[in-house]
Amino acid sequence: MPETREITFAEAVREALAEEMRRDATVHVIGEDVAEAGTPFKVLSGLVEEFGTKRVVDTPISEAGFTGIAVGAAMTGLRPVVDIMFGDFITLTMDQMANQAAKIHYMSGGKWKVPMVMRTTLGATRRSAAQHSQSLQAWLSHVPGLKVVMPSTPYDAKGLLKSAIRDDNPVVFFEDKMMYKLKGPVPKDDYAIPLGVADVKRAGTDITIIGTSSMVQVALGAATLLEKHGISAEVIDPRTTWPLDERTLIESVKKTSRAIVMDEGYLRYGVTAEIASVIAEGAFYHLDAPVRRLGAMHIPIPFAPPLEDMTVPTEQTVCDVARQMCKRA
Amino acid sequence: MTIAALQPNATGAQAWLRMYRSMVAIRAFEEQVNDLYTRALMPGLAHLYIGEEAVAVGVCSALHAEDYITSTHRGHGHCLAKGASADRMFAELLGKAAGYCKGKGGSMHIADPDTGNLGANAIVGGSAGIATGAAYASKTLGNGRVAVCFFGEGALGQGLLYEVMNMAQLWKLPVIYVCENNLYCEYTHFSETVAGDIVGRAKAFGMEAAAVDGQDVRAVYDAAARLVQRARDGEGPAFLLCNTYRYKGHHVGDVNREYYRPKSEEQRWMTERDPITNLQKRLVEEGFAKQADFERIQADVEEETRKAVEFALAAPYPGPSEVDQDVYA
Repeated sequence: MPETREITFAEAVREALAEEMRRDATVHVIGEDVAEAGTPFKVLSGLVEEFGTKRVVDTPISEAGFTGIAVGAAMTGLRPVVDIMFGDFITLTMDQMANQAAKIHYMSGGKWKVPMVMRTTLGATRRSAAQHSQSLQAWLSHVPGLKVVMPSTPYDAKGLLKSAIRDDNPVVFFEDKMMYKLKGPVPKDDYAIPLGVADVKRAGTDITIIGTSSMVQVALGAATLLEKHGISAEVIDPRTTWPLDERTLIESVKKTSRAIVMDEGYLRYGVTAEIASVIAEGAFYHLDAPVRRLGAMHIPIPFAPPLEDMTVPTEQTVCDVARQMCKRA
Repeated sequence: MTIAALQPNATGAQAWLRMYRSMVAIRAFEEQVNDLYTRALMPGLAHLYIGEEAVAVGVCSALHAEDYITSTHRGHGHCLAKGASADRMFAELLGKAAGYCKGKGGSMHIADPDTGNLGANAIVGGSAGIATGAAYASKTLGNGRVAVCFFGEGALGQGLLYEVMNMAQLWKLPVIYVCENNLYCEYTHFSETVAGDIVGRAKAFGMEAAAVDGQDVRAVYDAAARLVQRARDGEGPAFLLCNTYRYKGHHVGDVNREYYRPKSEEQRWMTERDPITNLQKRLVEEGFAKQADFERIQADVEEETRKAVEFALAAPYPGPSEVDQDVYA
């Protein structure tokens, strides 16, 4: 076993960036308040001291502009990692991501490449209201040419971010704002986790709970509650919504015959819908119940704490749904 | 003016004739496009550059082979002036496998790393970030390359342009923003869409900015050469407004144009301001060339264009297995 230590999710992200920047001089970090401020979440603290302002670059508040600059720089020899402070602001970058970064390789017949990473955040319950709380991973997962990564542990965050930076395609990397202080074991030595490989976070036999990012911890909590009701839940984390490890998801549901799919994005037309459809097609004859989906309510995220807390699935919600599905409610 | 006075180091008779030939080749190319399109041999859309040739040729003549350009939906002229060959251009326009992008990009997406062409772009103003990013990479890597961003005055309405101009000026990036004002944003006169002074917009950023007669290839070349050298020397970005005119419609199918501009206006530009005719006259007057030189160039270009069209018409379409190739690198 490699030597590990406990570090936070934020530290894992920072370590991945620092190690890749040491390894490869073409890796730059570009975004608002990424240098001395180290972002409002302090995820990047210390990077500018080591790599200087030429590689950790503070920008004006121009999300579309610096994302576009990253696209061009990626095409011509750099590996930019742009920082979009709140996931809600990706709406400002959508032409650069969806029409430019995602399509350039294909439109040029495979000649130009765009090896860039967009790091951004997701997640509600931070009392930040409707424009600082969304989880918009479905928007980007919908666009061919992009890869979308959603780590749920410090270990995954570090290993997946390294792969994202080394990838020759535009990769969007979603970090749950509420998870930055979550601690977990991370190896001391260099490692990378390939994009497109799901992880079984907890083995079980009665029901499969598929969760992404913030919802993985909720799924694990629910699995513990379900144990008390005699239900053995398997928790699977796809880790990337594209490429999607369909085989692992389908195999698990074939074994358990029941599936709940969770993602903090809006439920309608979201990540859960895609994964539920993959399961319906791949494991239909093994299902003992319709696939259930849990995600954010289809409303702008409200500010009032009691209202906001209603909008995202909780361990108890998952537990109740699972018990109904297993007819042990 | 004496002949000697008109012969700076970089130019002289040979250089002027080279530019003349380039303009004639672009016009011949575009006339063939018009022909192919109206004979229903070319699918999709075609936005012709006829009338604006002096801009692409004057600017690209001031660039090195390894310098970068980004182009627009009306981009055939830029690509040819930067060194693209007509046969593979036609092949791309016809969607053939031998095209610059294997037929996957078409008229509005010609891209070619070998000639520094980062790509034509079908989003108006969409490439401003890419060109600026290429300049960012050039400066970082210290490779001395300059990036030119071609766009029409329609792109002056896009916010992205100002976001990246701001950063280019802050960071002294070697990028030239070349605004081709052909007077019409699609079917609307620019006076209805552009407030204030165009060059003043760039000057507001503290950027070096100039306006030039876009129908005079020598004036365009002189202005571009100065701004490119300045950028190469580390003195930062520049903005060059080229006043020009689109002889044809917004696209090939835009035939009845009198509701937005009078025929007399088109006639006046074509007879009094034509960049090819006017250069021809001046080269004869100044003793740089004889009528026979132009006849020889015309015959050569026509023969080359004919062969290029033949090549493209005979070339095969990409095979079905190509459809999902090049989505990811």
